Amino acid sequence: MDISNYLYLSVILFTIGATGVLVRRNAIVIFMCIELMLNAANLALVTFSRVAGNLEGQVASFFTMVVAACEVVVGLAIIVTIYRSRRSASVDDASLLKN
Amino acid sequence: MRTSSLLVYLIALPLFSSALLLLLGRIADKWGHILATLITASTFVIGVYEFMKMHSQPSGSRAVTQKLFDWISVGTLKVDAALLLDQLSICFVLLITGVGTLIHIYSIAYMSHDKDRRRFFAFLNLFIAAMLLLVLGDSYLNLYVGWEGVGLASYLLIGFWNHNPTYAVASKKAFVANRVGDLGLSLAIMICFAQFGTVSFAGVKAGAHGASSAALAGIGAMLLLAACGKSAQFPLQSWLGDAMAGPTPVSALIHAATMVTAGVYLISRSNFIFDASSTARLLVVIVGAITLLFGAIIGTAKDDIKKALAASTMSQIGYMILATGLGPVGYAFAILHLLTHGFFKAGMFLGAGSVMHGMDDEVNMRKYGGLAKLMPITAVTFGLGYLAILGVPPFAGFYSKDKIIETAFNAGGIKGILLGGAALLGAAITAFYMTRLMVMTFIGAKRWKAGSHPHESPLLMTLPMILLAVGSVASGFLLSYGSALVHWLQPVVNSQSMEEGKPLMPALTVSLLALGVVVLGAFFAITKYRSVSDLAPEDVSIFTKAARKDLYQDLLNDKVFVEPGTLLTAGLVKTDDRVIDGFVRFVGNFLAATSDVLRKVQNGFVRSYALLMLAGLVITVIAVWVIGA
Repeated sequence: MDISNYLYLSVILFTIGATGVLVRRNAIVIFMCIELMLNAANLALVTFSRVAGNLEGQVASFFTMVVAACEVVVGLAIIVTIYRSRRSASVDDASLLKN
Repeated sequence: MRTSSLLVYLIALPLFSSALLLLLGRIADKWGHILATLITASTFVIGVYEFMKMHSQPSGSRAVTQKLFDWISVGTLKVDAALLLDQLSICFVLLITGVGTLIHIYSIAYMSHDKDRRRFFAFLNLFIAAMLLLVLGDSYLNLYVGWEGVGLASYLLIGFWNHNPTYAVASKKAFVANRVGDLGLSLAIMICFAQFGTVSFAGVKAGAHGASSAALAGIGAMLLLAACGKSAQFPLQSWLGDAMAGPTPVSALIHAATMVTAGVYLISRSNFIFDASSTARLLVVIVGAITLLFGAIIGTAKDDIKKALAASTMSQIGYMILATGLGPVGYAFAILHLLTHGFFKAGMFLGAGSVMHGMDDEVNMRKYGGLAKLMPITAVTFGLGYLAILGVPPFAGFYSKDKIIETAFNAGGIKGILLGGAALLGAAITAFYMTRLMVMTFIGAKRWKAGSHPHESPLLMTLPMILLAVGSVASGFLLSYGSALVHWLQPVVNSQSMEEGKPLMPALTVSLLALGVVVLGAFFAITKYRSVSDLAPEDVSIFTKAARKDLYQDLLNDKVFVEPGTLLTAGLVKTDDRVIDGFVRFVGNFLAATSDVLRKVQNGFVRSYALLMLAGLVITVIAVWVIGA
C-alpha cells in the first residue's frame, strides 16, 4: 500500500481538527478537535518513522500521547469548573479578562 | 637630608585657627582677630627659627624635610604628604609670614567697623596656611593642594563684601580665570607622571636630564599657563584689576605681595624643566615682556588708586616672569625683585588703604589731592615705596629691577635688545604712572567731596606701613650686598652656573640709562598732572581710552570665549532637548500608538486567537518552504 495514503489521512484528520477548533463554540468539542490534530500529527510521525526505518518517530508519538493525556486532565478540570460557575461551556462566553 | 618636626606647625597652626574662628561663630567675635594675628606671628617666629638653623648649616645641606604621612599609593604612583624647606622656600615663608603678620595687625584697625571681622581673619589665616603649603610641598601634587587653597582663599576674600553684586562677580571672575591656569598645572603634573613616573620635585629633577625636548617644552608651557593664571600674566591677566573689590589688606597681602607671586615660585621651583627647554624659556620671556608693558600701560590711565596699583603689580610680576625666563641667574633676580616688591607694593597698598580710610572709602584719585599735609606718615611711607618701585638708588627696587633689565640686555643678540628695550620702556612707564599717582593723591589742590575730613590713620595701621617702608628702603641693599641672595639660592636654582658672556653694555651704563628714563617718565608726569580736574576728561586720545578699558581685555574675552561659550551651551541644551530627548519621546509615542492599534486584536474570543495561530503557522510553513527551496 502506498505510504502517502497515511499522510493524506493525517492531513485530512488535521484539517478536520483545525476547522473544528475554529468553528465550534463548545469547549468539549474544541478539546476533542485538538486531540484529533494531535493524533493526526502522531500518525504522520509514525509514517515517517516507518519510511526512515527507525523508531524515533514512534517514540515521539508516545511522548505526544503522554502530554495529551496530561492536557486532558488539566483542560477538562478547567472546563468543568467553568461550566459549574457559568452554566455554559461556550468558549465565546469565557472572555472575562477582556477590558 | 635633615628633618625637622616644626614644619607642619607652619601650616597646621593657621589652619586650626581658621577652622576654630569659622566653627565657633559669634562667640569668637571679641578675640578672633587677636588669635589670628598671634597665630600668624607665631608662624613668623617658627620661620625665623628655621632660617637661623638653616643659616648655620653649610651651603650644600641646608634643606629640611618632614614627612607627614603616605598620601597616595596606587600602582606606581606613590606620593607622600611631605614638606620641604630649602633656601627658596624659606624666602617665601619669611615673606608670607612676615608681611602676613604686619597685614593682620593693620587689618585689626582697618576692619574694626566691619561686623564680619572674625570671618575676615578666618579667611586670612586660611590663606596663610594654603600659601605656606604651596611653598612647602615637596612634590607638584602637594603644591597643587596649596595652589587650589590660595585660589579658594582669594575667591572668598575678593568676594568678602559679596552683598555688592559687582564684587561677587569679581570674585567669580578671579576664580574662573584661575581655574584655566589650574588646568595647566594639573596637565603639567600628568605629563610629569607619564614621563618620569613621579611627581616629586627631586624625582622630576632627576628625570629631566634624559627627557625628550617635546615633553619638557610641554611641561614648561603648561607650568607657564598655571603661572599666568595665578600671577595674572597675559593672556589670563584680566581678573587682577577686578580683584581689587576685596578689602585693601587683601589686595596688599594676596594680590600684591604673596599669592600672585606663586607663578614666579612655580617657575623658579621648576628651574630644572626650564633650564632644559629653550622653547619653554622663550615662551616665559615673551609672556613676561608683554605683561610688563601691558600692565604699565593700563596703569597710566586708571583713576581708581587700587586699580592703578593692581596694574602696577601685574607689570612688576611681568618683570619677575621675564627674569625667570632668562636662565639660571635670572631666578635669583626674580626672587630678589619678588621680595623687594613684596615690601614696597604691600606698603603702598596699605598706604592706599590708609588714604581710603581717611577719605570715606573714596578710591577715585581725582577726588584726592593735597593729602600729604594731613596724612604725613602715609605720605612718607608711600613715598618711600614709590622711590623703591621707580628703582631710584639706593632704594630696594634699584637693586632688583636694574639687575633684571641688565640681565635682559645680556640675553644676547636681537632677543636681548628687544627684551632689554621692553624692560627699559616698562621702567619709564612705571615712573610715569607712579608719579601720576603720587601727584594726584598727595600733592596739588584739594578736590575732595564735600564733607570729607581726611585724617591720619591710627597707630595699628601706620606701624605696619612704617615697617614695610623700612623694608622698601633697606631690603634691596641687604639682599644683594655681596650677591647674598644669589649665593643663598645657588644650590636650588643653580644661579651661578651661567657662563658670564660678554655683556652688551656695562652695568653702570644700564643703571644710568634706567635712571635716565625713570627721571624722564616722572618729569613728564609731573608737568602733565600739575593740575588735575576732578572729572576724568572725555576728549582723550584713542590710547588713553584703550588703557582705561584695560586694553579691551574683557571685550576680547567676552567676544572670543564667553559669547561663543554661551552659544555653544545654548546649542547643546537645544540639541539635548530636540535630538536626544526627542528620540526618546518618539520611541515612547510610537510604541503607544502602535499598541493602541494592536491591542484590538486581543478581543477575548478564543477562536479568533486560534485562527491567528493557524495563520501564523501557515505563514511559517510557507516561509520555511520558500527559503528551503
